[in-house]
Amino acid sequence: MSLDMNKVVLSVRDLSVSYQARRGRVRAVSRVSFDLHAGETLALIGESGCGKSTLNLALIRQLPKNASIDSGSIAYTYRDGRTINLLDFDKTAMRRYLWSECSMVFQGALNSLNPVLRVSDLVYETAAAHGIGRLEALTRALTLFEQVRLDAKRVFNSYPHEMSGGMRQRVLLALSLLLRPQIVIMDEPTTAVDILTQRSILDVLKQLRAELNFSVIFISHDLAVAAEIADTVATMYAGEIVEIGPVNDVFYRSRHAYTLSLLNAAPRLSAGAETLESIPGSPPDLIEPPPGCKFHERCAYVQPICRTTPPPMVAYDSGAGRAACHETARVLADARQKV
Amino acid sequence: MVTDGVQTMTTTARPLVQLEGIYRSFVKDRQVIPVLQDINLEVGENEILCLVGESGCGKTTTGKIIAGLLEPSRGVMRVADRPVGDYRGREKALLRRQLQIVHQDPFASLNPAHTIGDILSFPLKRHRMTEGGAALKRRIWELLTMVDLTPPGDMVNKYPHQLSGGQRQRVSIARALTVQPKLIVADEAVSMVDVSIRITLLKMLLRLRQELGLTIVFITHDLALAKYFAWEGRIAVMYLGRIVEIGRTPDVIAHPAHPYTRALLAAVPEADPELTRHKQTIALRSDDIPRLTDIPPGCAFHPRCPFYTEGTCDGHTPHLKSAPGRNQQVACIPVQQGALQGG
Repeated sequence: MSLDMNKVVLSVRDLSVSYQARRGRVRAVSRVSFDLHAGETLALIGESGCGKSTLNLALIRQLPKNASIDSGSIAYTYRDGRTINLLDFDKTAMRRYLWSECSMVFQGALNSLNPVLRVSDLVYETAAAHGIGRLEALTRALTLFEQVRLDAKRVFNSYPHEMSGGMRQRVLLALSLLLRPQIVIMDEPTTAVDILTQRSILDVLKQLRAELNFSVIFISHDLAVAAEIADTVATMYAGEIVEIGPVNDVFYRSRHAYTLSLLNAAPRLSAGAETLESIPGSPPDLIEPPPGCKFHERCAYVQPICRTTPPPMVAYDSGAGRAACHETARVLADARQKV
Repeated sequence: MVTDGVQTMTTTARPLVQLEGIYRSFVKDRQVIPVLQDINLEVGENEILCLVGESGCGKTTTGKIIAGLLEPSRGVMRVADRPVGDYRGREKALLRRQLQIVHQDPFASLNPAHTIGDILSFPLKRHRMTEGGAALKRRIWELLTMVDLTPPGDMVNKYPHQLSGGQRQRVSIARALTVQPKLIVADEAVSMVDVSIRITLLKMLLRLRQELGLTIVFITHDLALAKYFAWEGRIAVMYLGRIVEIGRTPDVIAHPAHPYTRALLAAVPEADPELTRHKQTIALRSDDIPRLTDIPPGCAFHPRCPFYTEGTCDGHTPHLKSAPGRNQQVACIPVQQGALQGG
């Protein structure tokens, strides 16, 4: 896998998304900024309701009708170097963009495959919509199916119900790469599968990434999967990215109290007897979020300043990572030890 | 159990539940599906036993049989040394109360039209666990406090939709506790709640076990969670309807014996980047789990097993036995013969 830190394919700045609810506006994503580089895998981790799925939907402009993008920009750079703001795209431009520049793999493969269509129909339809001929589509699909370790010809003529969950998930992974996009967004792709199936999907993903060099945005609540495949990890809490950095920094030198608390709640198989701590309370109301740091009500490191002043994002290692926590020094001192 | 390793299988505590030669099959589309085959298992009083395995391995069916929700097709289940079939009348009713289950989905297992107070008072009234309105109210408050749903006064009038997933699971646990059970089967009871809340629920279950002397059968597909929860107890690994390995948790996790257990443990990603990236995974001979209607002869794992020995593994069905140099029991003939050291 070659990670080209000089080439940014997706640059998100100050992105805010809210939903209109009866009680008021739900600020699901607040001022999120990050860069995705060529060949990079970025894992967005966080618990349910942290805004990771809303962010995902905003990145592909598939937000439901009651949602609105309140601010920010999503700059995408084509292979030829042109840069556009996705928020300026109309529906037609967006349709062209999806699949050929950025594709998606969702959780629950059965729901994302049409039960009355054969895999071959999906391949031909997707290809035709983007101006690729049948023969070219067939060749590409068969190669990809082999790359994801499937019996290519058999799968090509199958209906979704004829395949196991693991096979379907690998079909989706292969289909997402059919038009050679620069970015693949994956929303909990291994959540509903068994351990050995998850292992084969992760192995296939790593191999494909090495061969085809695409970037991945990986959305998950599973810290272990993020630890395994991510180059960069971003922790989300209450709609904000509170910490982002190289995977080893985020795991071994966490700078945000929430990241550390999340890690301290995750059991590790090889760690023997472990003391784990859960996070008290529940995530805040996003209609009337608490003042100061949104995590302060549940934080073990809380200081008076946390209750009043939102912590600024502070960069470290000349910008390799950053975190927004008033108590970074104390959090760093408590960093989780390697097994 | 008539194997020579009985000593390591039994717990030091008095056995509360014993499964002997349990088979269970279901009929679907006129096809017989054998879901459990020859399950022999003891659960000691106040013990934590974890059943782990992938979907279709029979862990939920085993849990339902233990909780009394399913009858075995063959075999005997004993509770306190007496076959379940011998319990009659009031004793039978008492037995049913003593074995309870907490389901996976707290959204589906609580009636949305009933308040939390209703949900807890129905079983209390039905089984005459309390006398009179004041005692009923006191008991409900006590149960809510026990599962940390405080203040109880705010909780009793709430409906399930007003609670978070973690809070609902607490209600499910409180409901199971209404009838003062001896054993609780927790079937993936924390899989649907967030990472940060899981540990709180598990710690609460461990505390209730201490306080009430409960026995807990914990069913999960998450090995790291099983390791954490059952560190002081035992783990049974299931594959295609059989227990393939059982022993004290530290033995099974740190020194797995069965090739299937080894493959599972090696496949699990860990929340530690260096560790998970340098983990030695075990390549299986096939990625596909055989169908339950077409279970391979001999050891059911043999078509996938990297240590497959022709003539032995496909010809003889292995039974749980102790193996040289192992504290746990394992159903693998080569391991029992002393091959495949390490792990």
